[in-house]
Amino acid sequence: MRTLLTLLLIGSLGGTLLYQATDGLRALTSEGARRVAVTDAARPVPDVTLQDQHGDRFSLAELEGRVLVINFIYTRCPTVCLALGDALQQLQRVLPAERLGGDVLLLSISFDPANDTPARLAAYAEWFRAGEGWRVTRPLREADLEALLAQFGVVVIPDGRGGFEHNAALHLVDREGRLVAIRDLDDVDGVRRWLEDAS
Amino acid sequence: MTSGTRSGLAGLTLLVILAPPWMRALLESGMAGHMLLQIPLLVLAGTLLAGFVPDRWRARLATCNRHGLSGLLLALLTLAYWMLPRSLDLALESGWAELLKFATLPLLAGLPLALSWRPLGMIGRGVVWSELVAKLAVLGWLYLEAPVRVCTRYLVADQEQVGQALLVIALLLAVTLTLRAFLVDHGRAGESAREATGTRRQKDPSGRTGHAVQDSPGTITDV
Repeated sequence: MRTLLTLLLIGSLGGTLLYQATDGLRALTSEGARRVAVTDAARPVPDVTLQDQHGDRFSLAELEGRVLVINFIYTRCPTVCLALGDALQQLQRVLPAERLGGDVLLLSISFDPANDTPARLAAYAEWFRAGEGWRVTRPLREADLEALLAQFGVVVIPDGRGGFEHNAALHLVDREGRLVAIRDLDDVDGVRRWLEDAS
Repeated sequence: MTSGTRSGLAGLTLLVILAPPWMRALLESGMAGHMLLQIPLLVLAGTLLAGFVPDRWRARLATCNRHGLSGLLLALLTLAYWMLPRSLDLALESGWAELLKFATLPLLAGLPLALSWRPLGMIGRGVVWSELVAKLAVLGWLYLEAPVRVCTRYLVADQEQVGQALLVIALLLAVTLTLRAFLVDHGRAGESAREATGTRRQKDPSGRTGHAVQDSPGTITDV
């Protein structure tokens, strides 16, 4: 009898804790946790200064009033950033021309600003045929980069071969400048629908 | 010094060896070291610490741990938490989570496992071992096949290495258990029969009265 009670106690306590620790069984990985956290509570995007492929500087605050699809990349990336680039390229293709560059902006942000000079960013943009509504950028200050990665929950680790591994996803920012959702990079349809709803 | 105290001290020593920042950095620098070395060693330290638990307490705990079920459940839930990829990431990001790992794996997984191992009985232990082999194999396969990086703080290559290692461990464990079942336990069957009649008790070298065999702590390698 005492064993039964102990089992019930341990089971219910442990079960509850595990339920809490996985956000109600919704997230087993930290990538999942980051997505759940953003969905549950939108996060304001930090106001940082970026430089795009043409060398032009602008602040994220200037973009308020538009919806943003953001990915984090480095231009030497041989693997996952190519898929990320593909995702934005597909979005560029399916979005109506009047919206892209209008109230919708695609934004690639490099987390390797030392290597990714405007020339490299331009080459990357050209490779993916980035049009007016797709800016390929880098933060100019180290503190800005850190603030961006921290607020978006992006973790970048060196891969030991001179490159990086990092969370690959599409980050959706609403008109008030808040990160409201994080989607898989192959969920182009989902992102398109979200953008239609946001129009 | 009793064998219990010796084993408890060994557990403490193991914790002291695992705790320094440089040792943690070394073991946690790769996913394999973190998952397959540090975590099992922390559990092992807990099973050794069980040597410190006096007989009086054991008897009291045993009343709510019949057949070792409560201890096993506690250990399984604790291990389940530390098997979540996000828990590993959290332990790397937060000192508190790391401290929690160093406290819960020995005290809530290793220790209850050691206290429950004998009461579990031969069949119970057999179930635990076979489940362990099956889980390790499935986990290894998952890690090799997973289309995503499960830990944001570890590389994909690390993950594949862990997958391969898990498969190898599962295989080695399965072979060892099979061999034991045929070679060692076969010989022991007669021994346990003698034990039941009480002839073994007098010969026990530890000199403790009563359930000397049951009390030897930390012997979770015994099938």
